[in-house]
Amino acid sequence: MNMEEYPLDGIRIVDFTWAWAGPYANLLLALLGAEVIKVESLKRLDHTRLRSLMTGPTMGSPDQSTVFNDINLNKLSLTLNLTKPRAIEVAKELVKKADVVIQNMRPGVMDRLGLGYEALREIKPDIIMLSSSALGSTGPEGNYSGYAPTFAAMGGMAYISGYPDKEPSTLSGAIDTRVGTTSAFAILAALIYRQRTGKGQNIDLSSSEAISCLMGEAFLDYSMNQRVKERDGNDDDVMAPHGCYPCQGENCWVTIAVSTEDEWQAFCKALGSPDWTEDSRFADAPSRQQNRDELHRLLSGWTIKHTDYEVTEVLQGAGVAAIPTLRGDMVSKDPHIKERGLFEEIEHPELGKRLVVGPPWRLSTTPAKAPRPAPLIGEHNQYVLGELLGMAQSEIDRLIEEQVVY
Amino acid sequence: MEQALSGIKVLEYCSFVSGPYCSKLLADLGAEVIKVEEPGTGDAARHRGPFPNDSPDPEQSSLFLYLNTSKLGITLNLRSPAAKKVFKELVKNTDALIEDTSPSTMKDLGLGYDVLKEVNPSLVMTSITPYGQTGPYRGYRAHHLNIYHSSGQARFSYSMSQDSALPPVKGGGFLGDYDAGLSGAVATLAALFKHILGGPGQHIDVSRQEALISLDRIDIGSFTNDISMVERRRGMLGGLMRCKDGYVVVLAPQQHQWEAMMNMMGNPEWSKGEKCKDEFARSEHASELQPLINEWMLQRTKKEIYHLGQSFGCPAAPVNSTADVFKSPQMKERGFFADIVHSRAGRLSYPSASYKLSETPWQANRAAPLLGEHNQEIYCGRLGLSDQELAEMKASGVI
Repeated sequence: MNMEEYPLDGIRIVDFTWAWAGPYANLLLALLGAEVIKVESLKRLDHTRLRSLMTGPTMGSPDQSTVFNDINLNKLSLTLNLTKPRAIEVAKELVKKADVVIQNMRPGVMDRLGLGYEALREIKPDIIMLSSSALGSTGPEGNYSGYAPTFAAMGGMAYISGYPDKEPSTLSGAIDTRVGTTSAFAILAALIYRQRTGKGQNIDLSSSEAISCLMGEAFLDYSMNQRVKERDGNDDDVMAPHGCYPCQGENCWVTIAVSTEDEWQAFCKALGSPDWTEDSRFADAPSRQQNRDELHRLLSGWTIKHTDYEVTEVLQGAGVAAIPTLRGDMVSKDPHIKERGLFEEIEHPELGKRLVVGPPWRLSTTPAKAPRPAPLIGEHNQYVLGELLGMAQSEIDRLIEEQVVY
Repeated sequence: MEQALSGIKVLEYCSFVSGPYCSKLLADLGAEVIKVEEPGTGDAARHRGPFPNDSPDPEQSSLFLYLNTSKLGITLNLRSPAAKKVFKELVKNTDALIEDTSPSTMKDLGLGYDVLKEVNPSLVMTSITPYGQTGPYRGYRAHHLNIYHSSGQARFSYSMSQDSALPPVKGGGFLGDYDAGLSGAVATLAALFKHILGGPGQHIDVSRQEALISLDRIDIGSFTNDISMVERRRGMLGGLMRCKDGYVVVLAPQQHQWEAMMNMMGNPEWSKGEKCKDEFARSEHASELQPLINEWMLQRTKKEIYHLGQSFGCPAAPVNSTADVFKSPQMKERGFFADIVHSRAGRLSYPSASYKLSETPWQANRAAPLLGEHNQEIYCGRLGLSDQELAEMKASGVI
């Protein structure tokens, strides 16, 4: 078998997205072998080339953003200044040679630019176009804008995340990448349909709805019982112990979850059967659930005497679910993650050597691609304009001079 | 109706959230999914709830009902030799098998990928497990709580008043389990795309832990390469704030959005000074400026702030409960909730999908199956077993 074979060989995507959600969708598709051409411009810079919600404005220059790099691996960059009519024409030429267009500008912007679905379908009848926005492009709030934390808030996930007597949690930037994963899924489904029927289509995605889909049972509970799901921290409706416990060392934690009576017995034995495990308050699952706060306190007294990895080893040895709560900086050092080779080292021309998270799946015969650094801004102008669109060098030079390519 | 994945056949041998969600995504877009459950007990989600009026009934668990729409359901006890033969017949006629047993289980049953690819060389087999098929933790036991915390995600939050004495906390509900199902569905469709083009069959290893790590690749990448990032986290003004009747999120990462936020607040005097002149200055004086913003929010309801903020061009949102989402005019207009009638649970409103495909819309083709509901249809109708053979399989506990 040819070692260069990837699932999405031959698929070309024109990427008008920015921030995190859209770029993550394209990252997944690029890792699966699609050629992703990111259309950007100094006039309208992807703000992750300069700042992030988490770190604020810390990037030295557009080519030195670690945030941009980590979510735009394996892509190509074309700089087109879409405020110029000629740039729209060039973009359309590119769409003619593409399979998929993805964009996450505010609803209506692409239409005004002359790059809406109807316009693109005229020039490429089987194009698949996905537009991702805060709340979808239709409806009374269709033109509202948002970022990951507002998607978590609008969709219902923030309300149910966090401790019951504390504030809700809007979670992390992973809310955006969840939206991106959903987009990648929808595009793949449309690609399969096109392959079978020759038909393209338009996909309108609501980021906030994408998050709501990840808590379906809570909505059904409301439909069924008119009950509003509240925050429950690390607790579980059924299991106890079920929580995150302090361990030896600064800010070190381990999670433990005991699900059956057999596991509870094995768990007690693994702890050396301290007296409190014999307590009638913990005699059966309902009692343990009822007295879970006390159980949490007593168990914390045991975990704190050990490291997170020690607790894990002892409990897993007894068949009980336990694992350290990994900090961001601990993930790449974990022995299991190391052995799986999830992180890969890349060499970025401006950032130097850098460890990045590789593809999240292993496909046995058509593997995902190894990570390559994100493109410098405009790095592939020559390839796209010259090679792909067949422009003469004199024309490319003129486009640069007229700041169409900018 | 022709759907995006019409004609694709999927066999599911999964339980609880991740695997069932993976194949639900395919089923609701038209793939034919046959779900194989253990006779008697069935999918663990059947026993989890929430149930109507909290009275347990394996046919009325909302977790099961949601995660298994559009599927056909059969029972099969894979430990019996007769069942293995039947299972291989099913594998022969499928494009994809999605399974979520622990890494050695299928092999021990004599139904590992190496065996099944002999039966069906173009089979796409997706295995979704807590920590993947390889590595020292491959046999580790895990629940949603554990996997979420092992991914780094429990340590990241934009919450401003993070109480560091409290243990890190997981995402709500079974968030991380859904994530793994969604990630598995992406890989499965990619492999199926290749398969339609005549590509080879293959085995896909999906680690639930890795699915979550990949989602937080930016934060994790930052801390992995430069630990000082932990110290350099800057406060951006706004974010999650308490308001009159709950919480709101108001964001202004870009200058024009900051100006919009200030316009919304009536351009107070303090916003015109040196301390607000740019994002660096604001970040520097966050501890002094943030309370002034908080105070303004406290006087207003989440609905007021939401619409007012958005009217000025500032990304604002209410922190919605499930009830709020249900009542949202926006989601109503888009038809996000779909009514589905189940023979036992009756008519309920289900979240549909976030994507509107113009040619091939999302559609729940049927409610979740009763345990073994389609035994007759699949075993007799498809595999050609006689009624008597079916009765014997039932009597001997095979189905």
